[in-house]
Amino acid sequence: MAEISIRNVAKQFGDFTALHSVDLTVADREFMVLLGASGCGKTTLLRIIAGLETPSQGEVWIGGRRVDHLPPRQRGIAMVFQNYAVFPHLTVFENIAFGLRMQKLPQAEIDRRVTRTAELMHIGQLLKRYSGQLSGGQRQRVAVARALAMEPDVILMDEPLSNLDALLRLEMRAELKGVLAESKTTTIYVTHDQVEAMSLADRIAVMDKGLIVQAERPIEVYRNPAARFVGSFIGNPPMNFLPARKADNGSWRVAGITFKGPKAEREEIAFAIRPEDLSHAESGLPAEVRVVEPLGPHVLVTCDVEGHLFRAVLESDIVLSRGDIVKLAPTPDRIRWFDPETEQSLQVH
Amino acid sequence: MQQRTLPYLLLLPATLFLCVFFIYPFLLVAWQAVSQDGALTLEHFRTMAGHWKFSTAFWNTMLLALAVVPVQLALALFMAALVTRMGAGRDVILYIWTIPLGISDLAAGIIWLAIFEQTGFLNSILSSLGVIDQPVTWLGYQDKATIFLAVVLAELWRATAIVLVILVAGMGLIPKEYYEAAEVFGAGPWKRFVRITLPLLRPSIQTALILRTILAFEVFAVVAALGGTNLPVLMGETYQWQFALQDRHVAAAYALVILAISIAFTLVFLRTLRVPKEAQV
Ligand SMILES: Nc1ncnc2c1ncn2[C@@H]1O[C@H](COP(=O)(O)OP(=O)(O)OP(=O)(O)O)[C@@H](O)[C@H]1O
Ligand SMILES: [Mg+2]
Repeated sequence: MAEISIRNVAKQFGDFTALHSVDLTVADREFMVLLGASGCGKTTLLRIIAGLETPSQGEVWIGGRRVDHLPPRQRGIAMVFQNYAVFPHLTVFENIAFGLRMQKLPQAEIDRRVTRTAELMHIGQLLKRYSGQLSGGQRQRVAVARALAMEPDVILMDEPLSNLDALLRLEMRAELKGVLAESKTTTIYVTHDQVEAMSLADRIAVMDKGLIVQAERPIEVYRNPAARFVGSFIGNPPMNFLPARKADNGSWRVAGITFKGPKAEREEIAFAIRPEDLSHAESGLPAEVRVVEPLGPHVLVTCDVEGHLFRAVLESDIVLSRGDIVKLAPTPDRIRWFDPETEQSLQVH
Repeated sequence: MQQRTLPYLLLLPATLFLCVFFIYPFLLVAWQAVSQDGALTLEHFRTMAGHWKFSTAFWNTMLLALAVVPVQLALALFMAALVTRMGAGRDVILYIWTIPLGISDLAAGIIWLAIFEQTGFLNSILSSLGVIDQPVTWLGYQDKATIFLAVVLAELWRATAIVLVILVAGMGLIPKEYYEAAEVFGAGPWKRFVRITLPLLRPSIQTALILRTILAFEVFAVVAALGGTNLPVLMGETYQWQFALQDRHVAAAYALVILAISIAFTLVFLRTLRVPKEAQV
């Protein structure tokens, strides 16, 4: 049992606040992905959980035990560092074995675990090399293997696959997920790669400027962003936003079209729709085509709707060129609304 | 062409300087040690080795180095580990610890003589505490052991700081991330020291050991101040032969012996503490 619970944790560096009051619970055996822009505090949060950084306020609990006064080695965790931190004076074998030797495991067990994790990470042929003789991607895999070999209750991974080529990353991703599910490990995984986040996560926690904005199942985060930031950060291309002016009885006017929307005491709110939830139709939002990019199965059309950037992913059989005016109809149940000030999502009742 | 020759050109003045003021006198000394009236001879080495003081001086020097250098290394490692961990006040402590570096070895010897003399601090303190009634002669000519101990103390006091400075600089170069990784993977403070600090500090330890050992073989002024000629050492004998006995040839032979020992130990340290190229940071 290793549930991780972060309660009201904040971190200040001098007068800069890296984390504002973060609350997050990761269930036992859950795979939680931390997603957020560079500098939003992901590494800081991970380091606080690991005990390498002391929080300015708040509590960290792991497996029902309050750990924020414990040194890292007593927290029952393993970690993959963003900068790898592979020991330069030890061979790959000894690097992977480092934590096992600290636990004084018998040599046979060490051999078994090192070989197994090294095979898993496809670095089995590099065991005798030193860190200085490895490529960046190989070094990163040594860092991952070193953490996996510990077979910990909790594993913290800070962008563990960031330096691998696309193909290898795809393969490693699948293997990681398999191994961690099998070993019943609770995982917190930091990544910039949305596809990786979607494919790995039980839940995704989206961070923005030191706050966790939403922590939900991937499909929830994608379909129902809790805040405008989530919609604009997740999805490639991201969500479209247009201003909506209040019309009568719960309707809003967007680019000359009226939509049913939330009841809000505002004159203007934001209308949001994902590019793939638009279709070419007889009537809809009037859009002037700027750029047409065929993507194979689909075509990405960048247009201009009343002076706002607007993207649509359409069927590839459509023939469009720059300057055309198209009508884009949003799928009604995929329309989302956001408050312009709080940037929180507004529910339609 | 330009690019390749430039370093050599820039090194030329220093090299010339070394040749004129080091290699040339060295060759002169070496020649003196192995010649008599222009003819090659090993006579001076035989004279040196045959003298009753030679083996005493040789072993005293060795024992002193053996007693002083390892203790200095251990002390300096300990102190450097403390200093590196300190936040505020670190520089002040470093300055204080390095004060003895600014004192010449003869002055250091005299300071410690003032402590151990018959009318010195040690006796006054002990008698004022009532431990002794009469002043004790600590450094008499029969008290070889106390003289030895006093020299060791004075040398520790005087020259540990140079090792410390080298090690502190070396520790500062070890990236923090390795300690963090070690800590996450279960290493306590002692394990981190043994498994991370010591191996990554090897180049600095090597430098410090070579420097300190060479200096230890040249120990002279401190011994002279504390023991006179009661504790013969190689450097002291060189001095004796050169100035008291007026035999430059035997003095030169002594100098060569010291040089040979220094080179031998340097080679040993270079080999045993070598970091394989692929394991370098
Ligand atoms: N030791 C420190 N002192 C001062 N500021 C710091 C320190 N460590 C991090 N920060 C700041 O805290 C913020 C969060 O840093 P953090 O490393 O957690 O970002 P991140 O989300 O991991 O970014 P990335 O995706 O680029 O790795 C950044 O703005 C950073 O400048
Ligand atoms: Mg980071």
